[in-house]
Amino acid sequence: MYAFDFDRPATLDAALAALQDEDAQALGGGQTLIPTLKQRLAQPSKLVSLTAIPELSGVRADDGALTIGAATTHAAVAEQAAGSYPALACLAAQIGDPAVRNRGTIGGSLANNDPSACYPAAALASGATIVTNARQIAADDYFQGMFATALDEGEIITEVRFPLPEKAAYMKFEQPASRFALVGVFVAKYPDGVRVAVTGASEEGVFRWTEAEAALSADFSPEAIAGLSVPSDDMIGDLHGTPDYRAHLVGVMTARAVRDAV
Amino acid sequence: MPKDHGIGAPSKRREDVRFLTGQGRYTDDINLHGQAHAVFVRSQVAHGRLNGVDTAAAAAMPGVIRVFTGADFEGVGGLPCGWQVTDRHGQPMQEPGHPVLAQGKVRHVGDPIAVVVAETLEQARDAAEAVEVDIEELEPVLDMKAALAEGAPKVHDDLTGNLCYDWGFVEENREAVNAAFQKAAHVTTLELVNQRLVPNAMEPRVAVGDYAPATGDSTLYTTSQNPHVIRLLMGAFVLGIPEHKLRVVAPDVGGGFGSKIFHYAEEAFCTFAAKQLRRPVKWTCTRSESFITDAHGRDHVTKIELALDAEGHFQALRTETYANMGAYLSTFAPSVPTWLHGTLMAGNYKTPLIYVNVKAVFTNTVPVDAYRGAGRPEATFQLERVIDKAAREMGMDPVDIRRKNFITEFPYATPVAVEYDTGDYHATMDKLAEIADLAGFEKRLADSKARGKLRGLGINSYIEACGIAPSHLVGQLGARAGLYESATVRVNATGGLVVMTGSHSHGQGHETSFAQVVADMIGIDENMVEIVHGDTANTPMGMGTYGSRSLAVGGSAMVRATEKIIAKAKKIAAHLMEAAPEDIELKDGAFTVAGTDKSVAWGDVTLAAYVPHNYPLEEIEPGLEETAFYDPNNFTYPAGAYSCEVEVDPDTGKVEICSFAAADDFGNIVNPMIVDGQVHGGLAQGIGQALLEGAAYDEYGQLLSGSYMDYAMPRAGDMPSFTVDHSCQTPCTHNPLGVKGCGEAGAIGSPPAVVNAVVDALQRSGHTNVTHIDMPLTPARVWAAMQG
Ligand SMILES: Cc1cc2nc3c(=O)[nH]c(=O)nc-3n(C[C@H](O)[C@H](O)[C@H](O)COP(=O)(O)OP(=O)(O)OC[C@H]3O[C@@H](n4cnc5c(N)ncnc54)[C@H](O)[C@@H]3O)c2cc1C
Repeated sequence: MYAFDFDRPATLDAALAALQDEDAQALGGGQTLIPTLKQRLAQPSKLVSLTAIPELSGVRADDGALTIGAATTHAAVAEQAAGSYPALACLAAQIGDPAVRNRGTIGGSLANNDPSACYPAAALASGATIVTNARQIAADDYFQGMFATALDEGEIITEVRFPLPEKAAYMKFEQPASRFALVGVFVAKYPDGVRVAVTGASEEGVFRWTEAEAALSADFSPEAIAGLSVPSDDMIGDLHGTPDYRAHLVGVMTARAVRDAV
Repeated sequence: MPKDHGIGAPSKRREDVRFLTGQGRYTDDINLHGQAHAVFVRSQVAHGRLNGVDTAAAAAMPGVIRVFTGADFEGVGGLPCGWQVTDRHGQPMQEPGHPVLAQGKVRHVGDPIAVVVAETLEQARDAAEAVEVDIEELEPVLDMKAALAEGAPKVHDDLTGNLCYDWGFVEENREAVNAAFQKAAHVTTLELVNQRLVPNAMEPRVAVGDYAPATGDSTLYTTSQNPHVIRLLMGAFVLGIPEHKLRVVAPDVGGGFGSKIFHYAEEAFCTFAAKQLRRPVKWTCTRSESFITDAHGRDHVTKIELALDAEGHFQALRTETYANMGAYLSTFAPSVPTWLHGTLMAGNYKTPLIYVNVKAVFTNTVPVDAYRGAGRPEATFQLERVIDKAAREMGMDPVDIRRKNFITEFPYATPVAVEYDTGDYHATMDKLAEIADLAGFEKRLADSKARGKLRGLGINSYIEACGIAPSHLVGQLGARAGLYESATVRVNATGGLVVMTGSHSHGQGHETSFAQVVADMIGIDENMVEIVHGDTANTPMGMGTYGSRSLAVGGSAMVRATEKIIAKAKKIAAHLMEAAPEDIELKDGAFTVAGTDKSVAWGDVTLAAYVPHNYPLEEIEPGLEETAFYDPNNFTYPAGAYSCEVEVDPDTGKVEICSFAAADDFGNIVNPMIVDGQVHGGLAQGIGQALLEGAAYDEYGQLLSGSYMDYAMPRAGDMPSFTVDHSCQTPCTHNPLGVKGCGEAGAIGSPPAVVNAVVDALQRSGHTNVTHIDMPLTPARVWAAMQG
């Protein structure tokens, strides 16, 4: 990697100040950023770690919502959300391996918005709110395509608020090499309807399958979506699956998520 | 009762103490005083004319000592190929040059162009980015059949086309084989791909070159499976350093699987540069770099045809294979699709007529060479797949058709030039039926069905030629080296032994099993025997470790040297006890005079050898140290029967392995626990090939599967708990230990079992048009096959 300065502030204000430097970049768990640096694909002047700021870490449930600090690790979510939002905890427990889960953070994952990442599906299906140092962004406005988000330069995620559903499940079909989602579907049932978000499949990144949402809102059963399918036009085609295969898996994983929703 | 020590005992691996506690000493752990660091600038295009390399900016950067390019290697030899194949028409193969650094052209992504040597690794990396390379891109040659088409671009301008050789085996049988096909009752044809694999040893390659100006001695520390071979190839063919001025050390090596047999450019570079710069030069491969520089494995495209009579007896076999050599000939590349593949096409069966055709082709890809099994997995896979297909076409049971054709009399001379000394293929098939509970399959099938899963059973046999050696044979087949092995047994005054071997251990547990052999022969504790390997300065000339040869060939050399030790020790004991040497017996570490109660301990004799106060100096020399070289008169032929049961998810195509059973005949077993481990590892690699792994290039010759994000390495969770058995033992008839070798069997025998099982699952569930799926059987491929 190229040389850089390193800062690990203890307050949010200090972090924001440190990020004012040109080419400074936030560092969460480093599970995406550090491999990128090792390959010399990025050259930040300074890394500002967010993991020593107490208010950015932790999971708390209140008012029908679960709020997770941006620097909370996947392992912490897997453990601490298990009672209040089991589907989310279960998603976190399936990310990577223990080393990745003990370092990687929800803020890093959502900021990165990898088209195969798991959290974007949960955030979008839950209608979560992405809270930053400057504003609150609805998940529907936040995800803007592969690796693209509504975040501005220097803006950092501070926490993510998930409304708690009646029932939900995440069904991940692993890409055989990376074990990220080849297709991942998060289904969440709320009193006012069902939301279905799909990751891994589309060239446009995470998306909502509105047709399935309508069918499931009327009848929350796997059979309700039996005849439905997503078009394969925008699906990713690569070594691990054709667009047709991914489109097919979206249907299969959605039905399984409905079946297993808790 | 299993033994608790010596041959046959499951002794714990002594090397694991250092490996598991982080105290192994690998090449990257070696840092020499004054060492500089090398970083390679590599081609990012698959094929191009190298018009210039501008090193000025790089040379001016901080810490840079020197930037080397191909120009520095004019007059230096190229990397040699150790095997020459003769084609169907009696002509030698086409053999292109293989420069240490590219000269005039680049031929694959990863081809080395320049090297920056700097004070620190980071400085070398920074400067490597400043080297400016002027390449005029050329159309890459990627597909093997297209490479042979008229007018295809040439990988090597000075060769006639991209064909390395067109090999026929046995050429004289060609017409007879064709005639047998004409009159066969049934012919089964199968076209398949044995995909390219990336070896991925846990430890990436490393080289440290050193030079002592005062003595003119060069030393290379390297991650090698065969330090003496590297010394010979690099010294004699590349750098012109005689063996007595060149030492090669391969310390602890973290896995090789074939990829560390070969002599690589980086080794020659570091040795060369150390002498030029008069300071040690170190290179450590990154994982990304290893994907595009370690020799790859497999990459065969094959059409196989099997002719049968109406009862299912094999009448003839005919194959046509395209074998990818990549851009250059790696050290043993030409031998893999020929002598390690064609010779195994008889399998376990008495097929009377066989003809194998192999076209080896140059392409703009990473060179391909031996990888665990080397040629034998390719042979086994196509044969065991076509037999399965034939059985299905003829409505026969897959076990019955195999049994019907098993070779049962030994020695058996195959129509493909080898002679199996011993074996019992029915016995391993019987054992398999028992340990895999084949009789219970129908019930498990019903259970799977009830859970909505498609269950399948795959069965196959395999045979391999191991103990890669007989020099007289391999010499006739084109090897440019001998393939014996050696050992020096040095007994110390106080009775402990040091055994210096030319074979090399990089995970196989030799330090344990070799010690068991020698200790058993003398009747002493294993801990009195130390095994030394990996340094040409203190071990006798040996050819290294690959081809499951270390115990069969290296172990036999050890037996011979130990026999010499025992013979001499008996003479000393006879003198001490004033008896005749013929009357001396050695048992449990004590010498006795037959028929008397006279006895001297092992330690008394070894002490006498080194403190020869009371010693027959006029008859025998003092000291107790012997060397033996061993060159067998045949290969060894491990064989066995494997089965795999899978469940396929009909909705996603995902294959889960429910169980895998392996019944192997490895002849005599020295350490059953180590053998289990070797089989487990081999099975994991074979299952990895069957379900997960595959190197893929795009149309520009970029390696798509160039990292673990896209190259699917098998993980523990992908494996079932294996059921392995090696109680069927037909000892090898021609080596003193009766051993056959077990290192590659798992990787050779398992891919067809998995694919047979998946095809069986689909056939049973009504997908009767699915007769084959190419590996790796990813969910996407299996699902696509089910869509018809
Ligand atoms: C082997 C492996 C397997 C993996 N498997 C999976 C998987 O199965 N599923 C999955 O979803 N992911 C997987 N990941 C990715 C993992 O979840 C990462 O942790 C995550 O994508 C990035 O989080 P991080 O905290 O490590 O972010 P970092 O790598 O530190 O940062 C990533 C990016 O986000 C920015 N950033 C970090 N925090 C913030 C913030 N609070 N506000 C704004 N920007 C921020 C950084 O500047 C950087 O651009 C895997 C990673 C590895 C290495």
